Amino acid sequence: MAFASGFCIMTVEMLGARILSPYFGGSLSVWGSIITIFMLALALGYLWGGKLSARKPSAITFAGFFIGAAVFSIPIIVFSDAIMEPIFMALEDPRYGSLFAAIFLFFIPTSILGMISPYAVRLMVQNEAHSGQMAGLLYFISTLGSAAGTLGTSFYFVLWFEVNQILWGAIFTLLLAGLVILVAHYFGKDKRAAHAEAVNHA
Amino acid sequence: MRKSMLFVFAISALLCSVLAGVVAAETIHEERSKYRDITVTEIGNRRCLLFNVHRGDRNQTCVLVNDKQRLVFDYTRMSFAGLLLNDCPESILVIGLGGGSIPLTFADLFPDARIDVVEIDEAVVSVAEEFFFFEETANMTVYVDDGRPFIKRAGIRREKYDYIVLDAFSGDYIPEHMLTREFLDEVRNIMRPESVLVANTFSTSRLYDHESVTYQRAFGEFFNFKLPTTGNRIIITQLEPLPPRGQLVEKAQSFAGRLEKYGIPILQYPSRLSTRVDWDMSRRQLTDQYAPANLLRDN
Repeated sequence: MAFASGFCIMTVEMLGARILSPYFGGSLSVWGSIITIFMLALALGYLWGGKLSARKPSAITFAGFFIGAAVFSIPIIVFSDAIMEPIFMALEDPRYGSLFAAIFLFFIPTSILGMISPYAVRLMVQNEAHSGQMAGLLYFISTLGSAAGTLGTSFYFVLWFEVNQILWGAIFTLLLAGLVILVAHYFGKDKRAAHAEAVNHA
Repeated sequence: MRKSMLFVFAISALLCSVLAGVVAAETIHEERSKYRDITVTEIGNRRCLLFNVHRGDRNQTCVLVNDKQRLVFDYTRMSFAGLLLNDCPESILVIGLGGGSIPLTFADLFPDARIDVVEIDEAVVSVAEEFFFFEETANMTVYVDDGRPFIKRAGIRREKYDYIVLDAFSGDYIPEHMLTREFLDEVRNIMRPESVLVANTFSTSRLYDHESVTYQRAFGEFFNFKLPTTGNRIIITQLEPLPPRGQLVEKAQSFAGRLEKYGIPILQYPSRLSTRVDWDMSRRQLTDQYAPANLLRDN
């Protein structure tokens, strides 16, 4: 799951420049805007995710992050022109134009994706002694996912698919991840209940 | 025996001159800009602007210091073939400044025309001014901007240009957002029926097919302009139907005298403008959704 979230973050980020370039060009500042907004969104996501994990952490909320990020990514496809056009008209300077466009398009889904890692740490840590190890493992997996997302998108996906098809792929992946977590949670609960019942009978 | 001696002699003389050329090329300016390494070299009278020398790029542009008006490269000269379609442009747009020889020639040819130049890299502008005799005039303005938003904005303001040169495609990275169908539609927006578009594009690799298909979808028939002496392919087109060959020849004859001092062999051009389809028409057109230009170039 951490792999999927890392993968999707970087897939969307790599496509960000493609999405913005028709309006704001391919200058260095466009890349700067995108990376800045992704970093800020992730930073706040880490903070909020960590905070949420302190209150009744549950697999359902965790699945909600994936589904929420997927849902809030849909406007990137559906409303991108509607979002970028007024910004393009209002701001002549492509630096600030791209910065604002990146905020409106990418900030919310990216910050939700940022919540996943700290929350996952809380769910997986069984005891204090292993917390650092678990956090390390999660960062390892999610960053590995990011690397794969970056490479896959920039080397291959753009050659095989259209931008929107890749975005739908990322959204579908996130939804699937959310559903798998939910299914595993309920299935696991049934199993645990059955197990408990069996123990009681004995 | 004598012949082979002569041959060896000729080869070694050639090698010597090439080596001498390499040795004598003096770097007179080096600069690392936001986008690239810029180098200015000088060999004898020839001063050249190079981008990303370390990656082995070709000369971007050259001027002859003792004959500034003469255009050194084929593709620069070829950019004026559009005059065969529109011979008195009053407004000219050049995307990509380089050493500035294309806009300078336009300014010299049409002193009353309004010339807008768009260059993404401000360092290129200052190098052109300092080393390549480029300067803005009352009629010629340089905008440091990306070509695509500049054209999009001009379209919204309903501005039109009579002559448009797209020359943003040199160097080792292709701006993918300026190869797409949507971009060409935006270019159409700033054209009148009689305006002419001259695009310097790639003639190699799979990209050639994709690019040709995209231009064809956007403009219909276009002139494909190639010379055996250069790897550049110039696309020349307009919104109204292309003129017949006879008309091109007539225009060339009337222009030949005026273009002589720049070294533009316009009389040779009409026979080189071809509308023959020499690309794979089944290739996919490039769009904002699908434009892996930099990946296609290598295949």
